[in-house]
Amino acid sequence: MAEKLDKVDVVVVGMGWAGGIVSAEMAKAGKKVVALEKGVDKTREDYVGVKDELRFDNRYQIMQELSGDTITSRNEIDETALPVRTMEDMQLGTGVGGASVHWAGASYRYWPYEFEIRSQTIDRYGEDKIPEDMNLQDWGITYDEMEKYYEKWEYTAGISGEQDPKAPKRKKPWPNPPLKETPSLKLFKDAAKNLGLHPFQIAAGNLSQNYENPDGEQLNACMYCSFCTRAGCDFSAKSDPIATVVKTASRQDNFELRTRANVRRVLYDDDSKKATGVMYVDEATGDEYEQPADVVVLAAFAFSNNRLLMLSDIGEQYDPETKKGTIGRNFNGQYNSAFHGARGYFENEKFNLYMGAGALGAAVNDYAADNFDHSDLDFIGGGAIELRQYGFGAISSSGHVPGDTPSWGKEYKDKSLHYAYRSLVIWYTAITMSYWHNYLDLDPTYKDEYGDPLLRATYKFGDQERNIGKFGIEKCHEIMEEMGADIIEDGEVPDEFDHVYAGGHYTGGVVMGDDPETSAVNNYLQMWDVDNLFVVGGSAFPQFGGHHPTPTIGALAYRAAEGIEKYMEEGEQLATARGRRYI
Amino acid sequence: MSGNDNEKQFSRRDFLKTTGVFTGGIIGGSLLGGVVMDQTDLFDDEETATSNETTGSDSGAEDGNVAARTFFSRSEDFETLAAATERIYPEDDNGPGAIALGVPYFIDRQMSGFYGQNSQDYTMGPFKPMASDTHGLQAKLIRGDIFLFGLRRLDEVSNEKHDKAFPDLDGEAQDEILKSFEAGDVDIKGVTSEFFFNLLRNMTIEGVYSDPAYGGNKDMQGWKMIEYPGPRMGWINEIESKEFQSLEPEALRQYQGGGI
Repeated sequence: MAEKLDKVDVVVVGMGWAGGIVSAEMAKAGKKVVALEKGVDKTREDYVGVKDELRFDNRYQIMQELSGDTITSRNEIDETALPVRTMEDMQLGTGVGGASVHWAGASYRYWPYEFEIRSQTIDRYGEDKIPEDMNLQDWGITYDEMEKYYEKWEYTAGISGEQDPKAPKRKKPWPNPPLKETPSLKLFKDAAKNLGLHPFQIAAGNLSQNYENPDGEQLNACMYCSFCTRAGCDFSAKSDPIATVVKTASRQDNFELRTRANVRRVLYDDDSKKATGVMYVDEATGDEYEQPADVVVLAAFAFSNNRLLMLSDIGEQYDPETKKGTIGRNFNGQYNSAFHGARGYFENEKFNLYMGAGALGAAVNDYAADNFDHSDLDFIGGGAIELRQYGFGAISSSGHVPGDTPSWGKEYKDKSLHYAYRSLVIWYTAITMSYWHNYLDLDPTYKDEYGDPLLRATYKFGDQERNIGKFGIEKCHEIMEEMGADIIEDGEVPDEFDHVYAGGHYTGGVVMGDDPETSAVNNYLQMWDVDNLFVVGGSAFPQFGGHHPTPTIGALAYRAAEGIEKYMEEGEQLATARGRRYI
Repeated sequence: MSGNDNEKQFSRRDFLKTTGVFTGGIIGGSLLGGVVMDQTDLFDDEETATSNETTGSDSGAEDGNVAARTFFSRSEDFETLAAATERIYPEDDNGPGAIALGVPYFIDRQMSGFYGQNSQDYTMGPFKPMASDTHGLQAKLIRGDIFLFGLRRLDEVSNEKHDKAFPDLDGEAQDEILKSFEAGDVDIKGVTSEFFFNLLRNMTIEGVYSDPAYGGNKDMQGWKMIEYPGPRMGWINEIESKEFQSLEPEALRQYQGGGI
C-alpha cells in the first residue's frame, strides 16, 4: 500500500529540459513544486575528469539502463514486436538533466511553414500533394506565437549563433555570438557560397563566451574539448538543464527534487475528470508513495509520457484499425531515414578532427521547410544540410575507410590510420512524417521489472522518407564535390526502419493541435480530456520538423509553464477546441 | 601474400612469446595440453619451468605487466581469441598489433564486467534469437557466452577444415575462416556467426583505441599510431589551426591527475 504524502501545487515527472523549465517557472511563481526523477542525481561534478570515449560513446554510460524496462518495436501492425534489448539500439537520457545533458547542442527553430504544414502545403500545392496515408497536421500554434517562447529558451540556454539568411529575421539577436570557424567549416561555407547557397554558423548550445542567463545562472565559454555528444559537460559550457533551470528551481525553497523516484501511474478521479497526483516507487528502497497535487505535469520523455498515460488508462488509446483515439497516435521521430548525405575523403588535407564541440558546425537552409519549390518533387518539407565538427575519439576516428576497403585486417589498419583525419561528412536533417500506421501502444507480451507491459512502437517509412532522403544525398554530394573531395561516398537510404533508437529524436503520441479528434493536448500542452494534466515534451510533436528538436521542446515547455499558471488561476480548459461539442 | 616479408605469420608460438604469460614447462604440462598426469608430475613440471624461465623474457610479470585471464577459463579459448584479434588488427609497419596492444586482455576484462554479462540490457523473455535480421541482439546468450561459443566454433571449423587448432593455422587460412563467420555462413547455437564476428571485430578495435585504463592500447601505442592525443581540458587555442596538431598522447590517468 502506497504511503500518501502531503499535497503540493504541482508535481512534475521527469527532470530534463521540459521538467526543469516547468519546475523553475512554477517555483519562481511561488507554487509548491515537487519534481520526481527516475534516475540518479547528477551535477557538473559527475562529468569532471571522465572524458572517456569507450565509456560514453561505446558503452553509453550516460544513458538509461534497459534491464528494468525498454520498448518493443515492429514495422507492421500485424507483426510480433521484439524488445529493443541493448543500449547500442536504444539510447535514452536518464538522471537529473535527462537527455539534454548529453545533447550535442544544435539549436534551430522550426519554421513558420512547419507549424502550419498541412494548411500551407494545401494552399501552395493543393490537397493532392499530401499522401493519403500521411497524418499531416498543423501544430495548433503558429511561429509568430512560438517566437517569444523560443527567445525565452534561447536566452535561458545562452545559445551562440548568427542570423540564418534564410530564416525569419530574429527580433532579438542570439544571446551569444557564434562559435569559432574551423578550416573544415570554412571549406563547407565556401563551397556552399560557390553553389549560390546561403551558409551560416549553426546556432550552438555550446557557449562562445562566458554568459549569465536571465535567471542569474553562470555559464562558461566552451573549450572545444569534443566531449559533448553522449557526454556531460565538465565546464558548464553546454546549455543543459543542470547548468541552468535545475539550479534555478533548486534555489527556490518551495521546490523539492526527489531522485530515483520512478513514477508508475498517474492517479485519476473519474468523477471530477481530474488527475489527483502520481504513484511512484522509491528505487532505493522499493517503497511506494502517492504524491497528490493540484496539477500533474508529465515531462518524462516521449516514450514515458505515452506509457504513463496508457498504464494509467487516461485518454483514448489510438487504434489503427478504426483510426480513432489520440494517445499513441502520430508517433514519429528522426530514425534511419534522416541524416544521410555524402562523405568525402581528402588526400591532401588533414583536419584536427579530434577537436570540436557538439554543435560546432556550418549549415545551409536553402533546402529546409518550404524554402524551395516542391511542385515537381515527390516529397514535402526539408531539412538543413550540415557539416559538424563534433570532435571524435580514437575509436570513432578509426571507423572510416573508403570504397571496398575491408573493415578489418592489414589493409583496413593501414587505410584507417591514413584517413583518420582526412574525411568529412555532410548530411541532410530531413523532416519525418506521421502516418496512420505508425503508433504507440502497450505490448501484449513483454513486461518491465514490475510486471507492467512495455511500450510497443509500430513504425515504418512512408515513400516520403525514402524520397526526401535520396534528395538530400544528391544535394550533399554536390556540395562535397565543390569542396574538392578526392573520393566521395554517397549515403544510402535504407529500405525500412531498423529498430535502432539512437540519437534521441523520438517524438509524438500525445500530440498538440486544435482538434481533440486528432490531438491529445491543446497548444498549452494541456490535455483536452483532463484539465489539470499537462503533457510536456517531444511527445507533443504532430510530426518531426526538419531540424533537431531541443529548442522546440524548450519553447513548448515555457508555453506550458505559462498555461499551467493560467490554469491555476482560471481552473479550466484553456483552449477552445475546433469542432468539439461541449455541454 | 605469403611471400610478403612484412606480413607477420602468426602462430601459437608467436602468441605465447609475445604475451609472455605462459612459461615453457607449463605449456608442455597441464595448462595447454590434454595430457592426463598426476599432481606430482605437474609440480615437477612447474618447478622445472620456473627454474628454466625466471631469467627469460617470457616470465609472467616483466615490466610490471600483471595482465591475466579473469574471465576465459580455458587457455585454448584465449589463444583462439588472441589469434583472431591479431588477424583483425595485425602488427605491421605502422606499429603493434592487437596482441602486443593487450587487446585479448581488454576483451577478457570487458567480458567479466557489465558489458560481457549484459547486466544493463533487457534480458527478459520470450527470446526469439533468429526471428529477425533487423532487430539487433535478440539472443538469450549474454556476450560472454557469445564469445565462448563463437571462439569454440572458430576452433571447431578450423579442425574440420584443416585438422589444426585455429591459432596453428597460417594467417590466410585464419582469415578465410573469419570471413565465413563474418558472412554469417557458420552455425552457432543461439546467435548468428555474423553477430559474433562483429562483436569480436568491434571489441578488437575498442581494445586498440580505448584508454589504457581498460587494459588495451598498451603504452598508448594505439593512440600514437592514429595520432590521437587523449583527453584534454580543451582545444580553444588550436581549434582554428590549419595545421594538423600531432601531439604526444596523455591518458585518462594523467588527465585526472592520478595521485591515488
